Amino acid sequence: MIDTGVLYGLTGVALAAMGFRATLLEPEVIRKLLAINIMGVGIFLLMIATAYTGPDTAADPVLHALVLTGIVVAVSATALGLALERRRRDKDGS
Amino acid sequence: MNLSSTLPGLIVASSLLPGLVIFFLREGSQFTRTLLNLGGAFAKLVLVGIMIWGVFHEKVYATRWTLAPGLELALHADALSVLFVTLSTILWFVTTLYAIGYLEHSPKRSRFFGFFSLCVSATVGLALAANLFTFVIFYELLTLATYPLVAHRGNTEAIRGARIYLVYTLGGGLALLLGAVWLHAVAGPVTFVEGGVLSRLPEQTYSQLKWIFVLLVLGLGVKAALVPLHGWLPQAMVAPAPVSALLHAVAVVKAGAFGIVRVVYDVYGVEFAADLNLLLPLGVMAAVTIIYGSIKALSQDNLKKRLAYSTVSQVSYIALGTATLGPIATIGGVVHLVHQGVMKITLFFAAGNYAETLGVHKVSEMNGIGRRMPGTTLAFTVGALGMIGIPPVAGYVTKWYLGLGALEAGAAAWVLPVLIISSLLNAAYFLPVLYRAWFLEAPVDWPNEHPRTGWFETTGALFWPPVATAVLALAAGLFAAAPYSPLEWAELIAEREYLR
Amino acid sequence: MEVDVLVLSVALPLCGALIAVAWPRRCEVVGMLTAFAVSVAAVLTLVQVLVVGALQHEMGGWTPGLGIALRVDILSAVFLVLVGLVVLASSVYATGYFGQPREKAHFWPMWLLLLAALNALVLSSDLFNVYVTLELLGLTAVSLAALSGQRAAIDAALRYLLVGLLGSMVYLAGVALLYLGYGTLDLPAIATQIESEPIAWLALCLMTGGLLLKTALFPLHFWLPPAHANAPAPVSAVLSALVVKAGFYLVMRLWIDLFPALLTPSTGLLLGIPGAAAVLWGSWQAFKAERLKLLAAYSTVAQLGYLFLGLALLFQLAPGPTRDVLFGGIVLMALTHGFAKAGLFLAAGMVQKRSGNDQISNLGGMAQRMPVTTFTIALAGVALIGLPPSGAFLGKWQLLSSALGLGQWLWVIVVATGSMLAAAYVFRVLERAFAGSSQPDAPVAIAREEWPALLLSAIAAVLLGVGSGWLWPLLGNDI
Repeated sequence: MIDTGVLYGLTGVALAAMGFRATLLEPEVIRKLLAINIMGVGIFLLMIATAYTGPDTAADPVLHALVLTGIVVAVSATALGLALERRRRDKDGS
Repeated sequence: MNLSSTLPGLIVASSLLPGLVIFFLREGSQFTRTLLNLGGAFAKLVLVGIMIWGVFHEKVYATRWTLAPGLELALHADALSVLFVTLSTILWFVTTLYAIGYLEHSPKRSRFFGFFSLCVSATVGLALAANLFTFVIFYELLTLATYPLVAHRGNTEAIRGARIYLVYTLGGGLALLLGAVWLHAVAGPVTFVEGGVLSRLPEQTYSQLKWIFVLLVLGLGVKAALVPLHGWLPQAMVAPAPVSALLHAVAVVKAGAFGIVRVVYDVYGVEFAADLNLLLPLGVMAAVTIIYGSIKALSQDNLKKRLAYSTVSQVSYIALGTATLGPIATIGGVVHLVHQGVMKITLFFAAGNYAETLGVHKVSEMNGIGRRMPGTTLAFTVGALGMIGIPPVAGYVTKWYLGLGALEAGAAAWVLPVLIISSLLNAAYFLPVLYRAWFLEAPVDWPNEHPRTGWFETTGALFWPPVATAVLALAAGLFAAAPYSPLEWAELIAEREYLR
Repeated sequence: MEVDVLVLSVALPLCGALIAVAWPRRCEVVGMLTAFAVSVAAVLTLVQVLVVGALQHEMGGWTPGLGIALRVDILSAVFLVLVGLVVLASSVYATGYFGQPREKAHFWPMWLLLLAALNALVLSSDLFNVYVTLELLGLTAVSLAALSGQRAAIDAALRYLLVGLLGSMVYLAGVALLYLGYGTLDLPAIATQIESEPIAWLALCLMTGGLLLKTALFPLHFWLPPAHANAPAPVSAVLSALVVKAGFYLVMRLWIDLFPALLTPSTGLLLGIPGAAAVLWGSWQAFKAERLKLLAAYSTVAQLGYLFLGLALLFQLAPGPTRDVLFGGIVLMALTHGFAKAGLFLAAGMVQKRSGNDQISNLGGMAQRMPVTTFTIALAGVALIGLPPSGAFLGKWQLLSSALGLGQWLWVIVVATGSMLAAAYVFRVLERAFAGSSQPDAPVAIAREEWPALLLSAIAAVLLGVGSGWLWPLLGNDI
């Protein structure tokens, strides 16, 4: 039986890898942005899974704080990307 | 102020600082510019005078400044550097006067004189360099400072000539840099010491030392215009006459020749270089250059081009003297640093006067020019006779010592024929010019004659410099045995190189 | 009290950015004051480090492990000064460059935020904090690059954003692995525990890969030329001189401070071979460029190559004086390039403003029309080629010397070829500038916006070569 923490961790790695692949291969900007977000979520999941130290002990608070920071950063980056893309589409008139 | 540690630095600064200020002057501020130019030139003369006095009284002058661990910007005064510094300083003074007259009404003078001063600073720095690292720095600076001078006119021809000049000199600079770095990696910091420093190295480095010598000579040979690295020199003739004069007589070609002397005598040591079998190839290269330059000069109708090929040929006497083992040949080579400079600058000043006053650029247009411009043509004649080696002008001293040196070194079999053939060729390309100038009928109209002003055949600022340098060339020959003469210094240098 | 200067380098520009947002009508004044104060703080920091040695500040009194520490040694102090001076000079220039109030209001807050990010990145000694500063740096840089609002600029900025995000995500994955392996993010703390094991190797690869993407090391440089060439001139200057250098700084820090246990002499080749390729490719592309700013951008690709090439040599040398000297040379090259490239971009901006475009074929007669700007370009060019008396000359001397000492001729050939190509692209510009003498001479009065570029170039081409002898031995102590 596989450990829950390891399962989460592996899922995170898989998500990150999928996101990475899509970032490189997707032609559309918005899809690329989404892919990067998925990649980020994968890495965050890996970090949260690492924070889990067992049912009886408290999880590592540092990692939780980091992931929260990371999410904030990812949101602002995505917003900037969307804004730029929108400006570009405005320019094209489409 | 402590002169012994600042004097070499001050000598460089005396042209560097005025040069930097000149860049920022308005075109119209003729007076300030002239004041700065002449002030700097005069200050340099005085400082060099102090230095000559000091070196004669065995004072030590050295300026040092650490740039990086193991890399020191170091300037010092030894007999050889004093010789070259004195030459550059005197000729700079004269050339500045000449350039002020020559460019009197042309545009872009602030830029011109700014780079002109930088060029002389680089030359002087190179002369005073106490180690190979410092020499490389000033060698590259010289390239940078002369490029805008060659490109000065800005027309297609000038830009093209400047590009060719740059390709050659930067390529040469790179070879020199690689050689210098490599030598640094093999031998540590290389200071110039009379008698050389490399003979103490272990024998397994010898093959590397040979390759390094090849790189160094390739790098220096570009500026010294050794065949086949001479291609830039005739192209650089597009520069204004004072620049050509300076490039050919003092700064660029002389920097290369001076560097070869330094590398052979003060880095490798002439005997050690001979042991490594490096001198013969250098000598052959020089001999080929001497003959080739003279032959090419024969067929040039453009006066400046003829003089340029003559430079290619004459500068290699220095390399030839260096490559011939023995103190007498050394004297011949080293003294030619000065003699060729004084004679060639006279010829270029005269050529500039012909072009500026009468619009004459070609040998075929020079018929009877001696009657229209007797003073200039007299100076030209002195320079030309000196180049051929006719006493009492300075050139014969060089050839005499080179010949004697070859006999002493047992190299007479090939050096003497080279000397004789080249002297014949020199006569063949200079005497017809003199014949035209003095004995043929002048044309009714000159190609582009400027109206005569003042008492002389041309303006005073153009008239006096060639006369002055012609007198110097005569004096160097007539009073060759006098104390402080170039020959005397060259003997002092040779004595120090061989006794240590 | 000594430590507070450290915090100022980050806190001042952050506060400045906030004030500039809140008070758009005075944002220019706020920006100038902040940039000036930050430069002063950087110089003070350097002085303090010289006097008392490396400093550390624990933010909010929290000890590293839980809290975040700012740390400064000679190397980071020198980079702080580079950042401070380049940003200050570009700020002075920007006051003349942006005329519209709207442009100003958009420019200054982002500009100060970028400054805060750069300083924080240099001072961070916490791997996650580095990630945050990297993202902040990336976001502000992208916004500034898109500032002109032109289609080409927005395209380039979008690509820059995506590449930057990808790079920092990959870096973050490496950081997560390190935490998994060693349970801390504090750089010195990890350095003491790290061993050559798979997790450390994977982390090294991920972190380095992410950073190299941000540093635009060949062949990951594709995004750089359009982004740098289409940004407003002061922004291009800072992007090329500082922002890509931040990635290099981190790679250098990680490889030297964090991962030495993993490195064998040949590991450095992983950086050196792309570096050599960057030198050749970047220089060649710069030579072929039609526009001055594009030329400058490709030249950045090439110059970064030299730095990585230098690192490759560094890792082959045993610790000792030779290695220290080479390290000093690499740092000096990085500094020289920073100042020179900023000067070049600002000068290119002048050209663009004056004549409407920066096509190299249109530069004829520039030497007469804009003598000071031409001189600036020439000085920057001297530094880029690596001719004396620039700092890059001394740096290249050390590169060549190390390569020859190791008997590795291939690097020598690469450096020599790169230098000749650099000479070719620099003099292609100068040749155009000197050609065509028909225009009347302009008075050589220096416009206010010409000063910053001239000073930056002069620092690169003269001061760093002639006046850095004192700094060199100190740099060696850091490694």
